[in-house]
Amino acid sequence: MNGLCLVAIGSVPANALDWIEDTTAEWFPLPTRRLPPLSIPPSAYDAKRRQYQSVEMMKMLAQQAPRDASRVLGVTDVDLAIPMLSFLFGQAQFDGPIAVVSLCRLHQEFYGLPPQENLLRERTAKEVLHELGHTFGLVHCSDSTCAMSLATHIELVDAKAEQYCARCGTQLVHRFTTREETL
Amino acid sequence: MKKNWPILVVDDEDVMCESMGAWLREDGYHVDTASNGQKALELAKAMDYAICFVDLKMPGGMDGIETMMEIHRIRPEASIIIITAYATVDTAIQAMKEGAQEYIVKPCNPQEISMLVSRILKLKKLQSENAILRKKLNRQYRHSDVITKNPRMGEILALTQDVASLRSTVLIRGESGTGKELVARAVHFSGNRAEKPFIVVSCAALTETLLESELFGYEKGAFTGANAQVKGKFELANGGTLFLDEIGDISPKLQADLLRVLQERRFYRVGGTQEVEVDVRIIAATNKDLAEEVHDGRFREDLYYRLNVIEIRLPALRERREDIPLLAEHFVQHISSALGRDVSGISAAALKVLIAYDWPGNVRELENVIERAIVTCRNGMLDEPDFSWLQKNAVSSQNWEVPDVPLGELERRAIVAALERKHGNVKEASTALGIDRSTLYDKLKRYEIVH
Repeated sequence: MNGLCLVAIGSVPANALDWIEDTTAEWFPLPTRRLPPLSIPPSAYDAKRRQYQSVEMMKMLAQQAPRDASRVLGVTDVDLAIPMLSFLFGQAQFDGPIAVVSLCRLHQEFYGLPPQENLLRERTAKEVLHELGHTFGLVHCSDSTCAMSLATHIELVDAKAEQYCARCGTQLVHRFTTREETL
Repeated sequence: MKKNWPILVVDDEDVMCESMGAWLREDGYHVDTASNGQKALELAKAMDYAICFVDLKMPGGMDGIETMMEIHRIRPEASIIIITAYATVDTAIQAMKEGAQEYIVKPCNPQEISMLVSRILKLKKLQSENAILRKKLNRQYRHSDVITKNPRMGEILALTQDVASLRSTVLIRGESGTGKELVARAVHFSGNRAEKPFIVVSCAALTETLLESELFGYEKGAFTGANAQVKGKFELANGGTLFLDEIGDISPKLQADLLRVLQERRFYRVGGTQEVEVDVRIIAATNKDLAEEVHDGRFREDLYYRLNVIEIRLPALRERREDIPLLAEHFVQHISSALGRDVSGISAAALKVLIAYDWPGNVRELENVIERAIVTCRNGMLDEPDFSWLQKNAVSSQNWEVPDVPLGELERRAIVAALERKHGNVKEASTALGIDRSTLYDKLKRYEIVH
């Protein structure tokens, strides 16, 4: 298998992929490589809600991803949603190869506040750990400081640390040392 | 843990099923999806879903409400959440009327749905915990837990089974300590009222006015100190069973009130003007001979016949001596583990002593005697010397010279002596006398003994 593929969907902040690569390198023993950026699939746009359906984004990632990729993480700056929920910070195939993260609601500007790049970097790292954690079989964690805790609004994202709790971290290590994941 | 609470998502849109399923799986739930009502029903037949999200509008075939009703037929315990894209009051009302637990409009805030799911599951956990505890409680009072090999007791147990699901009043007669309440519980917990309350009232322990407000409740302002409306035991037992212990001790006024409730199943709270209707099964118990009480004019004849629809007379322990070894073994096991004492059994010689004794306080006395022996036992087996004090009591009672006084006086003296020995402690005195506390209170009242 050929490591973790990072791909921008539409335009994303200049150094976002660098931040993400730093995070993935720290936590996952998989080589990370960047794929050429993809444009946002028109079918994903929901004109009524002025949002983008994450399921369509994930379908596109599944089609475009190299066959040998272990995980594919899409990164977008548009607002994601699913029919049932008003928004999503990101979505992943549970125990599967595809995940997508939206930076839209991680920007301070979204909440009418001045931009704060450091905060955006931290939030991005947390959401990347969260969605990739799902792809490696981690479910939501009851420890609100763990990256795997469920954040339903931005304050909950900020309450998390940029890391997994001991239990989730151990589960991940166990997965890499005993299961089919290849380095 | 969350895997124990499977969730079903029913929606005709694939994207909805997929995305909602994925989102819930991230939370650790087992999620199945169905694109129409028919498929939902097939899945519901195979899996006991805790929660079903059902879309209100599904073109062709069953709509959301129909699907919900069908799922409810198969899985009455499942909580159904109706999803709709358009909030209209009419459909919301209809959905809730037909049994939906919640009604949500999509898209909704992730926090809202996450809280909704955890709120429903919290309730479900409590419900299943409650069901387990109820089952445990019911098991405590199964007929098989009445320990006996006495044929008469066997007949009584069969009778309690037969009458368990009837509403007919049961009158249990027997000496103190023969297990009248245990039998009453066995009747209640084996019948169709087992899930409903079993309320005990000891009629001898309370004065007439207290007992009246205890049984019927009272309205605010009915008497000094009645600051709020309070429900009586009849109302609390609604749907279940009311066990009236020591029924032979109630006053003529209460006898009249009770007769009215038994006849009409209605009553007034104390100070109340509105009738309260109840469905309560009455089990009454007494250690008195009620027929004699009727004959002597102390108990209403009409009430006696109302109560005495099914009569169960429990034999005294001395009439079922073959049960003494079984009961003794049972109490040894039960009490030693409850007290944390390492006592494994009881010797044959000790059993002989117990079988020979007359047990005026019946099974309750036997239980107390075993407990005392376990507390003082020095080795892991109860033996004859552990019960030597019992033999002494038995012998001294045999050799006792009876003074030439009326029986009542004899009883009065025995009570006074027991109270003196126990330094006025009514509980200990009642144990020593082999009667229960309420009976002792009653006798204190009757003999006007001030302690």
